Amino acid sequence: MRMGIYGKKLGMTQIFNEEGLRIPVTVIKTDPNVIIEVKTMEKHGYNGIRLGFEAQKSERLNAPDRGQFVKRDLATYRNVREIRFDAEDQMNFNVGQEVKVEEIFRVGDPVDVTGKSKGKGTQGVMKRYNFAGFESTHGAHEYFRHGGSIGCRLTPGRVVKGKKMNGRMGNRRVTIQNLKVARIMAEDNVILVAGAVPGSTNGTVFVRFAAKKVVYL
Amino acid sequence: MSYAHPIVEKIEKEYLRTDYPAFRVGDTVRVHVKVKEGNRDRVQVFEGVCIRKRNGGNRSTFTVRKVSYGVGVERIFPVVSPVIEKVELGMRGRVRRAKLYYLRSLRGRAARIREKTFIKS
Repeated sequence: MRMGIYGKKLGMTQIFNEEGLRIPVTVIKTDPNVIIEVKTMEKHGYNGIRLGFEAQKSERLNAPDRGQFVKRDLATYRNVREIRFDAEDQMNFNVGQEVKVEEIFRVGDPVDVTGKSKGKGTQGVMKRYNFAGFESTHGAHEYFRHGGSIGCRLTPGRVVKGKKMNGRMGNRRVTIQNLKVARIMAEDNVILVAGAVPGSTNGTVFVRFAAKKVVYL
Repeated sequence: MSYAHPIVEKIEKEYLRTDYPAFRVGDTVRVHVKVKEGNRDRVQVFEGVCIRKRNGGNRSTFTVRKVSYGVGVERIFPVVSPVIEKVELGMRGRVRRAKLYYLRSLRGRAARIREKTFIKS
């Protein structure tokens, strides 16, 4: 089970730990996360929940999405996502229940944070893929930030698919793995995650237990 | 800096401290630093001239320079760091710069800072 919670990035700051070390943290506000639907083994074939985050006027949603909220007598939300659990996990969630951050995470837990990265527009290969470029001296001429050759000769006679070239950078889904929970402020529903998180301030992010770390509950 | 969210400001405010003497660049300060040695705490004093202050709320730092056994040593302290037990103000220096980087290229008598004299009005 990899429980997670939606949040809004409020910005970054720094805190100090017990040893007096400075820790850069991202402040993420996590309320309200409302359970919209509980999926069960008997009815759906698997266990899971659907979370809604950030209130949205009902007329801004299309009819099928709005119906999901109306038929359960809930307020409407902008973001919805499903979390699947393993069959053996114990479920004790109810529709309409608010999920609080302090019930899920503890300080020190490893988490993955998913968000939409800042859009960078059209960028060259040096910024986009960390290509090395070319030297500006030794007779080089108008060929400083290029990517070099993009293929071979008659064989294969084409550019391979997926060749890294210039183009749109950023504004895509990015997950940063294995960040640590630095602090939880229960009264504000705020979680502080050590390190940087994708996206701009006020962006929506999803915080969940790290996929590649074992958490003992 | 741009606008910070009230909750971010609230976190930063927790660390702000008001127990500092009003020292300025050029003043001699004694910084009492908590040092962890194994499992016991000790307080170490770092005394020198404050050559730089950077203001920025929670991110404020100041730099203290001293000459130790002929070697110049500079330490940058975050103002809000809990490692600092206290700061004592020593001699107040008369300087005409906000950043005293020029002290790095001076040594001995030339690197002295004149004491500030206050004229009674």
